[in-house]
Amino acid sequence: MAHNILLVDDDVDYLTAMRLQLESAGYHVTAVESVAAAQEAIKEQVPDAAIVDLMIDEPDDGFSMCHFLKKNHPSMPVILVTAVTSETGLDFDASTKEERAWIKADVVLAKPVRFEQLERELSRLGVEA
Amino acid sequence: MEPLRVLVADDEAGMRHSIARALRHFTLRLPVVDDDIGFQVEAVESGEAALERIAAAPPDILLLDHKMGGITGIDVLEQLRDKSLDMLVIMITAFATIETAVRATKCGAFDFIAKPFTPEELKETLRKTASHLLAQRQARMLAEEKRRVRFDFIRVLGHELKAPLGAIENFLYLIRAHQAGPDVAAYDEFVDRCMARAEGMRKLIADLLDLTRIESGQKQRDLAEVHLGDIAQTSVEGMQPAAAQHNISVHLEREGTLLLTGDRGELEIILNNLISNAIKYNRDGGTVHVRLKGESDRILIEVADTGIGLAPEDAARLFHDFVRIKNSATRHVLGSGLGLSIVKKIAQLYDGTVGVESRPGEGSTFRVALPRQHAAT
Repeated sequence: MAHNILLVDDDVDYLTAMRLQLESAGYHVTAVESVAAAQEAIKEQVPDAAIVDLMIDEPDDGFSMCHFLKKNHPSMPVILVTAVTSETGLDFDASTKEERAWIKADVVLAKPVRFEQLERELSRLGVEA
Repeated sequence: MEPLRVLVADDEAGMRHSIARALRHFTLRLPVVDDDIGFQVEAVESGEAALERIAAAPPDILLLDHKMGGITGIDVLEQLRDKSLDMLVIMITAFATIETAVRATKCGAFDFIAKPFTPEELKETLRKTASHLLAQRQARMLAEEKRRVRFDFIRVLGHELKAPLGAIENFLYLIRAHQAGPDVAAYDEFVDRCMARAEGMRKLIADLLDLTRIESGQKQRDLAEVHLGDIAQTSVEGMQPAAAQHNISVHLEREGTLLLTGDRGELEIILNNLISNAIKYNRDGGTVHVRLKGESDRILIEVADTGIGLAPEDAARLFHDFVRIKNSATRHVLGSGLGLSIVKKIAQLYDGTVGVESRPGEGSTFRVALPRQHAAT
């Protein structure tokens, strides 16, 4: 059965494009635009993996969203996506154990995300299409 | 504030003591600081010891004797020259020759004082030096603050430009990979979204240029007697297509004399921004009322919509750079986040005021009051 992916991003265009690509790769996608909608969606059905944007309603909603997901579903692979990069002083990634300890995500990807890269990370995390 | 640290380097014990005594209860009042300024004196007896002390903890002011047992005061200055310390140096010279003074100044001394000097002469020299030091520090702090504000602005701007660019790129990938299969209508939708986002970027850049022009103050303002009613009329007509798309009716009401001294371009920006917001954040089938009221010495612009309205806490920050209120009702509205900030900055050029009154779910009324004459006229 196809894996369920929860996609959270407040940019509706980004959401549309990612959803289409993931769907044609064979995933089942729930795409939502807000933290509230994401929480509703999780209540309906716990996804197999989540892809979360850093800035949703508030600039750091992605962090709390990841935290919430990992706390309640420790085994769920979570990918944090962000356009925030080094020029903000908020330079981080999740490549070392120490960094992953405070960013509750398995992978941090910079926007714009190449779809091939996203697909690679998903399969590395064991979420095959 | 903390007392200024003064380091005295002089090989005469008498000189070190009399300086310390003179400054013990001495305080200053300077226009740049809203507090008494005191002095905390430390003393060393040689140039070598002074350099050591400075390396450990640079003082604010160095009182430096020229002729000492080991290295001279000038030697000390030369060694400190390349260190760019936040410290001013006063040379103490036994013979106030022009030559020593010139050499000391060339080596970076701020002032000099000739031996023997009275406590009053010392205090006067310190007053001058402290005042220069603190003014210099304040200027540096302001420059730093300005740089920080500018950096923040560019950072947010970068982010605001990257988002639409990313969206456009994503759609282009979809189109190139024929991701929607043979369904042509889907591709039309992708292209429409690309165009909408490109348009958003264009608007952001236009707003940015407006903002820069207003803030730089470099643009020659074309001040003349203008009729605000005419400008509003043109603006309302220009917005009709956008309003029609959402079945919104825009009404213009004029009352009293609407002449004021102003720059036509600036006033157009105010009206265009307010009316376009009133349309964008309205409901389908809603109305926009633009009311112009000529009072005795000012003109009141009021733009009222029947849209989504604002929470009071959001209203307070609405006029700042890049503030866009994010919620389920605004998520699909494209905007630069600069429009109202621009309106406010222009209004300020006119010594005018801006404000908003709103009820969530019922609508908002934006008010701009512009004096008929302002300082720049």
